[in-house]
Amino acid sequence: MSTQTQYKDLEPDETYAFKPEDLEEGEMILNMGPQHPSTHGVLRIELKTDGEVVNDARPHIGYLHRNFEKHAENIDYQGVIPFTDRMDYVGSMANSLSYAVAVEKLMGIELNERVECIRVIVSELQRIASHLLAIGTYGLDIGAFTPFLHSFVEREKILDLFEWLCGARLLYNYNWVGGVSHDLPEGWTGRAKVFLDQFSPVIEELDELLSHNKIFTARTATVGIIPPELAVGYALTGPNLRGSGIKWDIRKEDPYCGYEKYDFDVPVGQGRYGPIGSCWDRYYVRVDEMRQSVRILRQALDQLPAEGDVHESVPKRVKPKPGEAYGRTEAPRGELGFYVISDGSLIPMRVKGRSPCFVAMSIFHEIAKGEMLADMIAIIGSLDIVLGEIDR
Amino acid sequence: MALKRPALEATISNALSALVVGGAAGAVVVIALIPMIAGLIRDGLAARLTPTMTSVASIAIGVGATVFLITQLPIFLIWLERKIAAHIQDRLGPMRVGWHGVLQSFADGLKLLFKEDIIVDGADKFLFKLAPFLTIMGAFAAFAVLPWGEGLVISNLNIGLLYAIAITSLGAIGILMAGWASNNKYALYGGMRSAAQMVSYEIPTAIVILSVVVQVGSLNLSDVIAAQQGGVGGVTNWFIFRLYGLNVIGFILFFICGLAETNRNPFDIPEAESELVAGFHTEYSGMRFAFFFLAEYGAMFFVAALTAVLFLGGWSGPFFSGPLVLFVKTLALVFVQMWLRWTLPRLRVDQLMALCWKYLIPISFVVLIAAAIDGVVGS
Repeated sequence: MSTQTQYKDLEPDETYAFKPEDLEEGEMILNMGPQHPSTHGVLRIELKTDGEVVNDARPHIGYLHRNFEKHAENIDYQGVIPFTDRMDYVGSMANSLSYAVAVEKLMGIELNERVECIRVIVSELQRIASHLLAIGTYGLDIGAFTPFLHSFVEREKILDLFEWLCGARLLYNYNWVGGVSHDLPEGWTGRAKVFLDQFSPVIEELDELLSHNKIFTARTATVGIIPPELAVGYALTGPNLRGSGIKWDIRKEDPYCGYEKYDFDVPVGQGRYGPIGSCWDRYYVRVDEMRQSVRILRQALDQLPAEGDVHESVPKRVKPKPGEAYGRTEAPRGELGFYVISDGSLIPMRVKGRSPCFVAMSIFHEIAKGEMLADMIAIIGSLDIVLGEIDR
Repeated sequence: MALKRPALEATISNALSALVVGGAAGAVVVIALIPMIAGLIRDGLAARLTPTMTSVASIAIGVGATVFLITQLPIFLIWLERKIAAHIQDRLGPMRVGWHGVLQSFADGLKLLFKEDIIVDGADKFLFKLAPFLTIMGAFAAFAVLPWGEGLVISNLNIGLLYAIAITSLGAIGILMAGWASNNKYALYGGMRSAAQMVSYEIPTAIVILSVVVQVGSLNLSDVIAAQQGGVGGVTNWFIFRLYGLNVIGFILFFICGLAETNRNPFDIPEAESELVAGFHTEYSGMRFAFFFLAEYGAMFFVAALTAVLFLGGWSGPFFSGPLVLFVKTLALVFVQMWLRWTLPRLRVDQLMALCWKYLIPISFVVLIAAAIDGVVGS
């Protein structure tokens, strides 16, 4: 009985949540979530509203907490990879890649060129799939149903490619420490090229259908403004940072997997329909990034070395010397990093994930104040959060 | 790939599909023949009954026929909307229940009928129960003044247009009531948004209707149609082609306001799914929910029919006239409504107000004043 009371005393929500005495005349607390169609998972946001205007917002996270980091301290190095897949479950390839890069750094493993090229191919395909989901659901949030299904058709084709590659459609367990689980099947690259040829015009179609729609720009181009200083101050990364006009991409700044060999641009927010750093800018950076990903993919598929064993560098036993390493990659949602400490045994001493979505969520209350209720949905959608990664 | 169905189920499904498709085809024939049938019935009644009883009986038959039509219509429209949405979105839509899913709406209706009727604890029970009836009443009572053909109108009211504006507003009251009585914050938001939307959109609607009334000189819907008959090919006298093209603007305004009045995208903010969960009907289930749904489709059809009557000549057509002409025109407009819904995103509530007060109302006044000046100069 007493333990229960103690637990209740410690519950952080008690001090964090809005209290009735905080409210001013005419204000109301609106609980958005954890079960709400547009919070992109089990996110709960408390809103202090005055009619349609939101005066204050407090996100409550933790509904999807699955103890990833503690699990990682109790399982061998390769065994952590399926857990990383389940962090950002719509960008699994990027998660396991980031973890693999960190452990490889810790062990000093060098990869052959074919493995690096395959990793670039799958992570760029994953970026397109993830951005398609982000763009589609963003349209859905703003009220346009049709782009959602059209983008899902394309995403499905990428998932088919992944299924052919490794048997799984969502959680791949593909990037291993020191290699990848399966080599590309025969004919896979040809099919991937066919997909790219068919996909490039679809981006322009999506643009016509949604991006430059008058209602869509009116809904998104003037809300949720993140000025560049604020974005840097909150350590935003990925499309959310680039939407504010700052050119920062791990693929350029700290290349991994041989990204320096590919020719591509880093799209940034232009403030085309309103101030720089609006929801529309963040949305459109994603659209542009899909175009760039197609460029990278074309180069990678052409340059793919014919020779090379994908299991060449996979260690029999992953047993790094005592030490620590931080590996980071440009995941679809920003800088995803893993900080791994080894004590020389077969299991990691500590694995810490640096989640871009968690960082993006922390800025929410800053940009939500003073906007309207409908804008909350637009802002959450434009930050493109995945709760699996926030809560881990 | 296709799952093999049990023979009995397949037989029943095929038979029912044939029945529904045949029924729909039969309905089209009946609608086309309505003037003749109505004439026969009227003559038959007049031969047997006193004049007073004849008019009472013919009104009763008219009401019965209309009620039958408007209760079956939403079932058809819901199926149509799902098919249209599906094809716009590159999918097939309902395919399993009957031929191309024609029985889907019946199956859904049956499901809703058997669902538990939940009234939440904190709800205002009386208002909660009353709201769906008010909404469906507002949507369906409006059909009373809709003329389907020469003399084919349940109630040939002198102030038909005024009645139509007034009675369709009842739906908004039902929605507001539902939002309040549910004792749910999302439902309350939906209700308040609906009220705000109604006050805004009734004004341009009424002004555009007034511009037509000025050109006709009567509030009677039958007179509105009579004024549009004749012309080259029976088409050029439609109001949409008159007043130096200004009526085209009026037509578009009226159509936009109609979308707002029936809470259709891009103005579906009272039930904005991604913001307010389900808006005013969040707490409703079973048949009470179905009533809101039916009311929406009934109102959609009525607004489209009213647009056809005001601007597209109603039941008078280029080759032949009658209920079928109005039906086809209305369905074409309903199709446009559905098309827009599956294409456009949703406006925000303040943008909706801005659109209405800053653009639609001034433009509708221009049309009204032009119609008035034209009337004065013309006479």
